[in-house]
This record gives sequence, C-alpha cells and structure tokens, in this order.
Amino acid sequence: MNLLNYTLRYLAFALFGIISVWAVLFYINMLDEVYDSLDDGLDNYKLLILEKVNEDPATLSRTDFGEANYEIREISSIQAFQEKDSYRDTLMYMMNEKDLEPVRMLTTDFKYKDRFYELKIISSMVEEDDLIEDLFFALIWLYVALIVSILVVNNFLLKKVWKPFYHLLEQLKHFQLGKGEPVKTADTDVKEFRELNSAVTSLVLHTLETYNSQKQFIENASHELQTPVAISINKLEMLAEKNDLGEAGLEAVGQVIQTLERLTRLNKSLLLLSKIENRQFPETENVSVNDLAAQLTNEFADFAEYKDITIKLYENSRLSVSMQKDLAAILLSNLLKNAIVHNYSHGSVNIYIEKDHFSISNSGNPEALDKDKIFRRFHKSNSGKNNTGLGLAIVKAIADLYGFGIEYVFDNMHTIKIHVEG
Amino acid sequence: MKILIIEDETELSDVIRESLEMEHFLVESAEDYRSALDKIISFHYDCILLDIMLPGGSGLDLLQELKDLDKSDNVIIISAKDSLDDKLKGLNLGADDYLTKPFHIAELTARVKSVLRRKSFEGKNFIELSNLKLDAGERTLQIDNQPIPLNRKEFDILMYMIVNKSRLVNKTALAEHVWGDHMDEADDYEFIYSQIKNLRKKLKENNAGVEIQAVYGIGYKLVQL
Repeated sequence: MNLLNYTLRYLAFALFGIISVWAVLFYINMLDEVYDSLDDGLDNYKLLILEKVNEDPATLSRTDFGEANYEIREISSIQAFQEKDSYRDTLMYMMNEKDLEPVRMLTTDFKYKDRFYELKIISSMVEEDDLIEDLFFALIWLYVALIVSILVVNNFLLKKVWKPFYHLLEQLKHFQLGKGEPVKTADTDVKEFRELNSAVTSLVLHTLETYNSQKQFIENASHELQTPVAISINKLEMLAEKNDLGEAGLEAVGQVIQTLERLTRLNKSLLLLSKIENRQFPETENVSVNDLAAQLTNEFADFAEYKDITIKLYENSRLSVSMQKDLAAILLSNLLKNAIVHNYSHGSVNIYIEKDHFSISNSGNPEALDKDKIFRRFHKSNSGKNNTGLGLAIVKAIADLYGFGIEYVFDNMHTIKIHVEG
Repeated sequence: MKILIIEDETELSDVIRESLEMEHFLVESAEDYRSALDKIISFHYDCILLDIMLPGGSGLDLLQELKDLDKSDNVIIISAKDSLDDKLKGLNLGADDYLTKPFHIAELTARVKSVLRRKSFEGKNFIELSNLKLDAGERTLQIDNQPIPLNRKEFDILMYMIVNKSRLVNKTALAEHVWGDHMDEADDYEFIYSQIKNLRKKLKENNAGVEIQAVYGIGYKLVQL
C-alpha cells in the first residue's frame, strides 16, 4: 500500500466518523429550530382565532378541521382547569398525499362569555423521513467529493513534495556495493528530506568505506599469508628429502604439504575473487569459446579419464566473448572441473556452444541442487575434500563482472548455462 | 654457478639456499634493498632470485638497476603478489621469469635451471644424463642415441624429473607444471599416475639408465641406476 492510499484510508475513516456525528447534531439542531418556529406560528394563529371569535361568534361552531386549520369544542370548566397549552406531533389524513402525514398540533382553551372552549390548531410539518433521506444523500455526495478532492490534491502534493524522497528511493534501489557509484540526492527545501538525504549519504559513504577497507583487508591478508605458507611448504619438502623419516613420517609430511596446498588454493581463490570484485582485470579481448573449450577439454582429458568420465563438446555455433583472457579460462575451467568432480564413474560431461550462450552439463546425483545456494561462497555439497567451495562463486563473480546471465537447470543432468548476450 | 637470493624473509631464503646448495650451486643472499644493491653492483651472478617487496626499496627498482647494468636477463622474480601489473613490469624490465609464492622447491629448481641453460648453451638446449639425451628445444629424447617417441606430457614429466634428478618431486608440483594451473582441486592428482606409468615402461623397455620411483605420500623421484 503506498503512502497515498495509506493516508487516504485513514482520512476516509476519520471523515466518515466526523461527517456522521456532524449529521446527527445538525439534524437535531435543525429540527429543534423548525419546531420552535412552527410553535411560534401556532401561537400567533391562536391569537388571530381568538380575535376572530370576538368579532364573529359563529366561529365557535367550527367543530371540525375541514378546510381551516383549527377546530373549537366546548368543554366543562373542570376540564378547562385541568388542561394546559400543549404542542404535540400527531398524524392526520392529507388529501393531497392520500396518507396520514405528520402535523404539529397546539391544544389550548379559552373562555368566552363564561363558557369554556377547547381550541386545536394544526400546522403541516416537515416530513422527517424525507428530510433524513435528502440529508443522507447530500452527505454522501459531500463525502465522495471530499475524498476525491483529497485524492487529487494529495496525489499532486505527493508527486511534488515527495519528489526528493522518491528520487532517493530510486537511487537506493539501484545502489550496489562495489559498483563505485555513490548515491546522488536531489535538492529540497523540506527539512525532513534534507536530513534524510544527509543521513543516507553519510550512511552510504560509511558503508562504502567499510566495504573498501574490508576488501583491502582480505587482499592484504591473503598476500601476507603467502610467504609463511611458502616457508612451510618448502621446509617440509626439504625435510622429506632427508632420508631419515621412514614411510610413516613421509606420509605425514605429505599430508601436511597437501593441507598447505589446499590453504594455498583457498587463498588464491579468495584473492582472485577480491580482484574480480575490485575490477582489476580491465583489459579485454575477443576470446573464442570454441577454441578455449577445445583446449580445456584436452587439458582435462587425463583427469576425466582417471575418473572414467566422457567429455563431449557440441559446437552448434561459433561463439566469441569480449573479456579478459585468463578470466575466460578460469570461468570455463572451473565449470569443467566442477562437472568432472561432482560426477560418478562412467558419467558424462557435455559442453554445448550455441549462438548466444554456452552450457556445461554433467551426470551426477539424481537430485536437483538448490539453485540459490550453489553459487554462494563456501557452499559445499557432499563430495570432494579438495574442494575450496569457491569454484562456482568465482564463476558467478566473473559472470557478474561481464554482465553474463548464469542459470542452473536440472533435467537428470546438472546444467549450468552462461548467457553471454542479453 | 653463482646464485643470489634477494629475500627479506630469512627462513624462506635459508630453505631456498639449502635446496640450491643440494644442486651444487654457490648461493649468496641479501635481505634488504641496500645490501642487495651492493652485491649486484660488485659481483656477477648467474641467476638472481628477486623478491619485490623489500625493506628499504622495491625489487622493481633493483630490477631497473640490473637492467641499466645489462644484467637483468637472469632474474627470476619471486613475489607474494600474483599481480598482472607487477608481472608485466618485471618482464618488461627484462626479468626472465615470475614465480608466485608459495611455490614448490622442484618448480624453483626447474626455473633456475631453465635460466641457466638458456644462458650457457645459447639456444642449444641439451640435457644429458646417463644414457639419456634430451633436447629441450626440439622436445625429443634419445636413449643410447636411439630416438624414443614421447607424447607431450611424457616429455614434460621426464624433463621435469631430470632437471630435479635425485630430488623429491611433489606430485602437485609435477601436475601443475605439466597439466597447468587449471588442474588444482583435482582430487589428489592421482590422475597423473597413468602417464607416469607409460613413461616408466618406455624407459625400462629401452634400458634407460634412470628410473622414476614413487615416494609414498609425496610424489616421485628420478634416480640413476
């Protein structure tokens, strides 16, 4: 729900309440005023009738409303003393409406020549149900008009006043760490937005700073590790050459060397990742995927044969990509290595080269892998103790660097597709 | 043959020295920019191992000095930085090779010998051992003057083993040298065994005076019979 709808929803509820309460109060007040003025009219009429009675006693014989608005009836003195002036609402048959309609009736009494008479005067009244209906529709229209005008004004205001906010939002949406573009904020006169802009800008700068120093740290740490690892490996190799170790000793030394080699590979992979992310491979050239795939297939032939895996290269098209040569080789060889390592005996690896993409598929575990996780760093599936868990992360980093699409598909074969265009 | 190691990490420098002395080279070392510069100016070396990050200055500046003295062609840069920039700069300044730390002793030996060979034989690149004669340029092998056909990998393995003769060669070092860097992570490198088996067979069938022995847990060793 966007800001516009959100405020509108609350305003709509609030207005509904306010208008309803206002309508009740307004109605009560108005009716009160109407009665007041009707009763005044009836009072005035009474005086006029009394005057008429004095002038023309025949008036006293009007015992029925008929066409006039009053009737006179003789009553006993006791009744007259008991009775007081009263204003009442009552119903009376109206000829025009052919129905009982509400009327206001004044009942009073007077004395004429020592005899007592009761006088009833009526006045036609507001029809309350009609009044309520009219009022109700008037209010509905008012309500709708208010909501629509709020919608229009708010929309206009939102677009105008919140412009810097949406600008900032757009910038933040497209912000990516490591892309090196800081967030540009729009000028604004609104204090809150100015504060938001400066807060976001400083947050982003701080994040970038932390990110860069973190990257630098990884790179430096990896470099600093190389020399001690070199010393350890070389010392162990020299130790192994001294003939006094025995077979068990040699095996132990061999294992330590292998572990150190693993550390070296891990270190190199981390360095490579941080270099790719730092964009330290600016130079590009046209690399033929066909040639590279053929060359790597050849290089991996012994390894594949040892694992009893058949590699087949299907060149359905010529495909060249513009990228750094070493990275192209790393991208392809990591995929190939991955396809061979995560395979079984008598398995197969197929490389397909098409017009705008290439893919490598391999037989293996007959279950689809989690496509959200396989390109993550240090995500390890079951096999391969020599696996750094960075191979596919490097593939992803290289693909991202050049804007290639990367996709994992499972249809009994595990396939990784690299879309080099679009 | 005199070799100079310019490396500020004495432990690394010592282990390299120990290894090179086993190959009967005369080894000297320098630990900082100043002393390295003194040695370079005063003496002649057949091969110089040069670290780039040194106390008191950059190895690349030393390389510039060597280039000015016309002595830079026998330099092997050994650096912790696997940086393309440094590599290109180093090679442009006339360095012969660039080796990234950590490296295997066997690889260093092979590179040093390659530099020395290129210098001393002026293009003719023969290595003779027992009744074997390898032509590194033509990539051919003769045993008792009979040409023995080898595939590319068999030749590379034999060459590497002969350069490191009587030394323990780590199988990773061998695999990386022969099969290339892309083979890392490849399951203990057991796959190199089948090529070695073929090579052994060819050596034995032709009565070669050398044999490749397996050293359990580590790798291989070429011994003269």
